[in-house]
Amino acid sequence: MSTILQKKPVETRENVVILFAGDSGDGIQLTGAQFTDTNALFGNDVSTFPNFPAEIRAPQGTLAGVSGYQLHFGSVEIFTPGDQCDVLVVMNAAALKANLSKLKVGGTIIANSDGFDKKNLRLAGYIDEADPLTDGSLANFHLHSVDVTKLTRTALEGTTLGMKEKDRCKNMFVLGFINWMYSRENALTEGFLNRKFSKKPELLEANMKALLAGYNYGDTSETFTTRFEVKAAPMPKGTYRSITGNQGTALGLIAGAQKAKLDLFYGSYPITPASDILHELSRHKNFGVITFQAEDEIAAIGSAIGASYGGAIGITASSGPGIALKTEAMGLAFMLEIPLVIVNVQRGGPSTGLPTRTEQADLWQAVHGRNGEAPIPVIAASTPIDCFEMAFEAVQIAIEHMTPVILLTDGYIANGSEPWRFPNSKDLPEIKANYIKEPNDGDKFLPYLRDERGVRPWALPGQPGLQHRIGGIEKQDKTGNISYDPANHEKMVALRADKVAKIADRFKPIRLDSGAPEGELLIVGWGSTYGAIRTAALQLQAEGQSVSHVHIRHLFPFNKGLGPLLKNYKQVLVPEMNSGQLRQMLRAEYLVDAQGLNKIQGMPFTSEEIRAGALNLLKR
Amino acid sequence: MSTTNGTIIAPEKIDFSSDQEIRWCPGCGDYSILKQVQTLLEQSGKKKEDVVFISGIGCSSRFPYYMDTYGLHSIHGRAPAIVSGLRSVRPELSVWMITGDGDALSIGGNHIIHLLRRNVDVNVLLFNNEIYGLTKGQYSPTSPEGAVTRSTPMGSTDHPFNPLALVKGADGTFIARSMDRDPKHMREVLTRADAHRGTSLVEIYQNCNVFNDGAFEVFTEKANKPTNTLFVEQGKPLTFAGGTKGICIQEMKPRIIDIGADFSPNDCWIHDERDNFKASILVRLFDDMQHAGDFPRPFGVFYVNDRATHEDKLQAQVKKAKEVKGIGDLDALLKGEHTWTIG
Repeated sequence: MSTILQKKPVETRENVVILFAGDSGDGIQLTGAQFTDTNALFGNDVSTFPNFPAEIRAPQGTLAGVSGYQLHFGSVEIFTPGDQCDVLVVMNAAALKANLSKLKVGGTIIANSDGFDKKNLRLAGYIDEADPLTDGSLANFHLHSVDVTKLTRTALEGTTLGMKEKDRCKNMFVLGFINWMYSRENALTEGFLNRKFSKKPELLEANMKALLAGYNYGDTSETFTTRFEVKAAPMPKGTYRSITGNQGTALGLIAGAQKAKLDLFYGSYPITPASDILHELSRHKNFGVITFQAEDEIAAIGSAIGASYGGAIGITASSGPGIALKTEAMGLAFMLEIPLVIVNVQRGGPSTGLPTRTEQADLWQAVHGRNGEAPIPVIAASTPIDCFEMAFEAVQIAIEHMTPVILLTDGYIANGSEPWRFPNSKDLPEIKANYIKEPNDGDKFLPYLRDERGVRPWALPGQPGLQHRIGGIEKQDKTGNISYDPANHEKMVALRADKVAKIADRFKPIRLDSGAPEGELLIVGWGSTYGAIRTAALQLQAEGQSVSHVHIRHLFPFNKGLGPLLKNYKQVLVPEMNSGQLRQMLRAEYLVDAQGLNKIQGMPFTSEEIRAGALNLLKR
Repeated sequence: MSTTNGTIIAPEKIDFSSDQEIRWCPGCGDYSILKQVQTLLEQSGKKKEDVVFISGIGCSSRFPYYMDTYGLHSIHGRAPAIVSGLRSVRPELSVWMITGDGDALSIGGNHIIHLLRRNVDVNVLLFNNEIYGLTKGQYSPTSPEGAVTRSTPMGSTDHPFNPLALVKGADGTFIARSMDRDPKHMREVLTRADAHRGTSLVEIYQNCNVFNDGAFEVFTEKANKPTNTLFVEQGKPLTFAGGTKGICIQEMKPRIIDIGADFSPNDCWIHDERDNFKASILVRLFDDMQHAGDFPRPFGVFYVNDRATHEDKLQAQVKKAKEVKGIGDLDALLKGEHTWTIG
């Protein structure tokens, strides 16, 4: 291919945002993921945003059925999948209509012209079936209309595949073409196809042919005069892999269990967008991982509580509606004071809400959503990689402090991916459970005799002489026996709250993500808004604005340094994908006049939205 | 037992009762069940630390507090879920689940059927008193239609569950019924339940002398017991009423016969607890005893099946994964399948 590479001029770009869009059956997610991996392997920094409909196969050709995969790659550090696209690849009219607003003026459209026939135009809602590819309405963009269907079929002439199967190779044609356009080789995808179709030689051959045909098309077609190149990013030296948030969560949970030398029990009921954690964990049984697909969300957490009671680390995950069902059992785990990790991969709510869209509206549910006074530590991940770190920390806190822990992620980072310079297992801390082997009060065992951190001992069934009974009924201090004594109840409520509050003692000092330690404006974020806020803050700082950014990982209890930090700025802005849940918590806790920047559209913030919000506040 | 100088010395008796004051109402049927469970465990040779009692919510669910074993008094209806998780990771423990008609069949109805179909190895003691006791007297899912209770002053409009038919429908592998007023029978049945690997479900008719006194009188009191009850025994004919009546199967249907002139016990249905189809009929013998000539209510072990337990299958997969892939290497896992190096 080296001769081909020299034929057409190559322009260098610092970063590119490309959005692949098509019917949910068009293989868009696969195409996007392959191009991502190719760029990551080349050395770019990348960030992705898969965006798909809730329906598995929504009606073909309709706006409801459009599946998208946005990739931001660059020779510079990348923190978000990008606000606006440079390139929009659309397989049909609906994909164009649904995504055109995301394309920069002057951006490039690569359209499969076969997806713009009268039927597709009608289904997409183009009035009078006016074809945007030919009616001049796209004059502000660079439009390349390519009959991908026909070209793919031509490339596959002579194979024994039926028309339907041939058409399924369209995505490989597109991928081959994009690889050419951005000066990337097909090699990674060829390896992928070899593995995927090792037992189906006909499909392997067809996909390989389509991939190569797409590449060659770029090279030979007169319409494409320029190729682009995005040089490798100055990433820290090391070995990388690609990781999605849900993978990161699963690996963090396994790593935590391994470092605690415990078996991992995962009780779960399928729910979008948390199911991939179940899929990932179920592949790793050789780590002593047991996955249990329960009959419902309540049984999922109930079984995890049972496993923790038996001495494994019990874990359950879900999304908003499922978490709501787990509420009573979370109260039980809190009352029992046993380790348990509850992961909420948040999605748009309330009720069934927007299952495939993202939101941060379950924060109050996590912090407050139980009967009685039942404070449970709540932590949140900010990026796919951070899912690994926070999942590990969730296991660590649960085991070392004998408490359920809630980890919040969301659909945006759960499905998004980024390059990960994965850690060495020896660099991960050991997790030490508070086991007890002998009676702790003469020859008696007091299951709720606490240490200086307020943590009770963990006595596992099978230990002679430590038989004891625990339950959800209020218990007498130290003995754990049933007690309805009024003063004892108040004492127990305080002891349990104190234990959770003391978890803050283990947190590292709070650290600004960027900016000066005092000034005009502090942007306080949590969770998946990290990339957009970081990008905006860095830009504002470059523009000379007095803006700093802190990102909160510990939502309950808060880091002890947060209160003093908030006082160092004249204004505080809290961007959230909800109506202001963290903002109210900050106001209540610290009496600070925090302002909100809120977006509740099921879509992540763009960095420009954050920047505009900050500027708006700075002008006051 | 051990011998010293030829003298047999009985092992020191282990006391399975805890130091907690029992708070059931005086006269409650629960006392009898507690006593039989403690006795059978004392005779079983089990160590106290290897036994776990898990319960839900309700009068019966206080049971774990009275046992000097490990115990977990959980939340309403969810004990089967907790049991499933515990058994998955600790298959060597002896696990007992204490539940009632409301806990198991109403709020926990979903969990109990899934526990049964998975066949988790646990002894489930379903205390059926056909009433909600702890909430002071509302009808339960086993209360008969028309039952007048505090929440049904004009009589219940609900059709009740036949608990063991439900258990059979969920493919339970050990199905039995006993009663609080027959301690010897109960202990025998519970001992069998304990020996079974898989979900052993024993429905125990338990009198709530405060809110539903005498609900099972027709089966438990001397005057009615012989004609209204049928105690099944493996390999023995199904006879009752002092051996004067029996049950046979004609044209795929059970029928009551008079033993004497026309029929002998040999004409009766011989109980075979391994017979899946006969067990389905047996659990369906559930007539209201008010009508003369109706079938007696059977007691005893109806059905046993040695299907593999859920936890054995789970553990076998873990074992196989370790054999095939090797014991998990965390660094290999973190590295994943595809990596690239920079610098």
